[in-house]
Amino acid sequence: MSRTALPGVAAATLVAALVAATLVAVALRAEAAAQFGPADWAAIRFTVLQAVLSAVLSVGLAIPVARALARRRFPGRRLLITLLGAPFVLPVIVAILGLLAVFGQNGLVNAALAGIGLPGIRIYGLTGVVLAHVFFNLPLAVRLILQGWVGIPAERFRLAASLGFGPSDVARLLERPMLREVVPGALLVVFLLCTTSFAVALTLGGGPRATTIELAIYQAFRFDFDLGRAALLGLAQVALTATAALVALRSAVPAAFGAGLGAPVARWDARTPLLRVQDTILVALAAAFLLTPLLLVVTRGAAGIVTLPASVWLAAGRSVAVALGSTALMLILALSIAAATLRLGRTPARLIEASGYLAVAVSPMVLGTGLFLLLFPVAGPADLALPVTMLVNAVMSLPFALRALVPALAEIERSYGRLASSLDMHGQARLRHLWLPRLRRPLGFAAGLAAALSMGDLGVVALFADPEHATLPLKLYDLMGAYRSDAAAAAAVLLLALSLGAFWIFDRGGRIDADL
Amino acid sequence: MKFQLLAAGLFAATGASAQDAPVVTVYTYDSFVTEWGPGPAIEAAFEAECACELRFVGAGDGAALLARLRLEGERTEADVVLGLDTNLTAAAADTGLFAPHGLDPELDLPVEWEDDIFLPFDWSYFAFVHRNELNPPESFRELAESDVSVLIQDPRSSTPGLGLLLWVEAAYGDEAGAFWSALADNIVTVTAGWSEAYNLFLEGEADMVLSYTTSPAYHAIAEEDDGFAAAAFEEGHYLQIEVGGIVASTDQPELARDFLAFMLSDAAQSVIPTTNWMYPAVVPQDGLPEGFGDLIQPDRALLYPPDEAAAAREAALDEWLLALSR
Repeated sequence: MSRTALPGVAAATLVAALVAATLVAVALRAEAAAQFGPADWAAIRFTVLQAVLSAVLSVGLAIPVARALARRRFPGRRLLITLLGAPFVLPVIVAILGLLAVFGQNGLVNAALAGIGLPGIRIYGLTGVVLAHVFFNLPLAVRLILQGWVGIPAERFRLAASLGFGPSDVARLLERPMLREVVPGALLVVFLLCTTSFAVALTLGGGPRATTIELAIYQAFRFDFDLGRAALLGLAQVALTATAALVALRSAVPAAFGAGLGAPVARWDARTPLLRVQDTILVALAAAFLLTPLLLVVTRGAAGIVTLPASVWLAAGRSVAVALGSTALMLILALSIAAATLRLGRTPARLIEASGYLAVAVSPMVLGTGLFLLLFPVAGPADLALPVTMLVNAVMSLPFALRALVPALAEIERSYGRLASSLDMHGQARLRHLWLPRLRRPLGFAAGLAAALSMGDLGVVALFADPEHATLPLKLYDLMGAYRSDAAAAAAVLLLALSLGAFWIFDRGGRIDADL
Repeated sequence: MKFQLLAAGLFAATGASAQDAPVVTVYTYDSFVTEWGPGPAIEAAFEAECACELRFVGAGDGAALLARLRLEGERTEADVVLGLDTNLTAAAADTGLFAPHGLDPELDLPVEWEDDIFLPFDWSYFAFVHRNELNPPESFRELAESDVSVLIQDPRSSTPGLGLLLWVEAAYGDEAGAFWSALADNIVTVTAGWSEAYNLFLEGEADMVLSYTTSPAYHAIAEEDDGFAAAAFEEGHYLQIEVGGIVASTDQPELARDFLAFMLSDAAQSVIPTTNWMYPAVVPQDGLPEGFGDLIQPDRALLYPPDEAAAAREAALDEWLLALSR
């Protein structure tokens, strides 16, 4: 094992150990052996069904949208790309309220249908769950795939144009190979996110038919106090993830476009009027689907921001601190793991990359409870609430960072690795002069996502923090629980602004001189 | 206020205590401790008379509270647990983590109270809340036959959800399963907790939401909005009685008992109605606040004794799952 692989192996081991130790901690506290009942199997089936549907739809819709965004230039494009990421970083209940303002019983769609005398729609059930998951994950899928598109060097498109390629030739020789590399990872990430879904399924699922594994775990903890069953279900979730991760990583094929000079991409192939119209419509539809609910959230709460109590602003400050801490931690973990995948053989490389995905698969409830059991003998949970939240959020956002960094770093090494090695650039020098400059884009994107995600996270912190240490999402729930829905709506706007702001600053920092 | 909060935030991190006074640690649900709940006023009033420091620790909701205590076991720092309801007290007593309170106060509850481990501090009836524009059904049966839409909470994750489960069980017994099947098409969705359901209701997603008979008092008093009411059902209404108990492993048994007794004093009870939006367990000297007088008064109070509630729960949950999974 070379020296550069060591930190990565350590980081992957840390993640795996965190997941394993929490599962074991919970299992050891169990009072009786557990086994699956029919209800548990039903929960596993529903979890897989909705996650597969959500992943296929999100990624399927994301491909044409990402293509349209990749080959068009228009005023406000950057801002639009940032805004399109917003649903992904919202706390679930806020996004759900936004979605319902459009698709709910009392929403815009039903009002419009009633206006023209048509019967209304009812989204509760599998439809609602998948709709919400697509709403959350389409932006992420678009961004992941867009990264793939802008990763094709401008020189290849130039060559394509000089060879007289039409859109179908470009698709066959440039775009499809790129998609073969990028799509499996995107499918995987969305699938994994949807497997641990809890509040979406429970709020929009319409009833116990839509029970996910996460809800079964929640029930095992909270109502039955059956820690054995909780651990077993948690293990099932990890097994599901590990399988999915290995399948997806195995089916990804490196595209190998070779190096470019990083010049702006010009697309001669996409200049036909028909394609222009098609892309315009696609972008408009995606924007309408993703932004209307957010706009309604903002209009509902914006006026209340000035009257928010001081405690909400303090909570916002805590959230910003947590977001910055977990972003820094995530970058260290992700870079180490990505570097190690280059240095190791195929199988160990896949293994440590897969272990980076584990954290998203492990139930937040199991992770939180396990950490609680591990830390409770040592220190007061409330005192550790913020550091623990930072660590868990860093680990939870690893998969997205790895999705963005691993292919990008592999491409850099394929293109410049030999040159760098021949110049005897290793370790620090290679990191500073080759990797970091060329990784700015995916790094900025990953950091932005991590910051935004941990800003909106309401997982582990809920178990550890009490209201005096509450982060903004927790405060938002407190407001909702105290009948104060107007103040909650205002807090949601604040959270949305902070999340988007954090995402924008990092993401923008990553492409300050780039043409994405 | 701002400074206090800031200071609390700064000092909480170091865990340092300014005084050497004994500390009473009370575990309760989150909404009790927030600045909108009864916590701050009760803390100030108790500290003024106890020569001690009262520390509230918020731990999710009622069910999470018990889970937290069980996770911590006998090493818990908690001296008192506040906020379990009678559907959870049997499980709580079975853990052996609670000690008898040894108090015998006068209570104003709709039912007799005989429990030597847990003492109530507030209560309300579960009820479906609606806007005044709706002409509400007058019974469960009428609701199931109507096309009125309702939002309910999942009994597996929320205490009101569990309350509804036992309410239907108490009202319909063997026919509960059939009732749930009949109600299935009225249910818009089942949420994880009270907050989600109530906020969906406020956004207009359904005609009624499972909440409390006292919920309209919030809108009437805090928002000066008389547009909400709770529907009175002929079958009677299930009670939620919230209780506190002394943790057996406490190192402050005297202060813990004092605090439990204090929770029934005028100082604490007069805070409850307009912060927790529940009825006080002892009516304060000045009576109930205006706005509580307009609430519906159910003719029949339904309540399973704790051990029967625990026994009825599992079968009722299976029926519920079966009826709503079709």
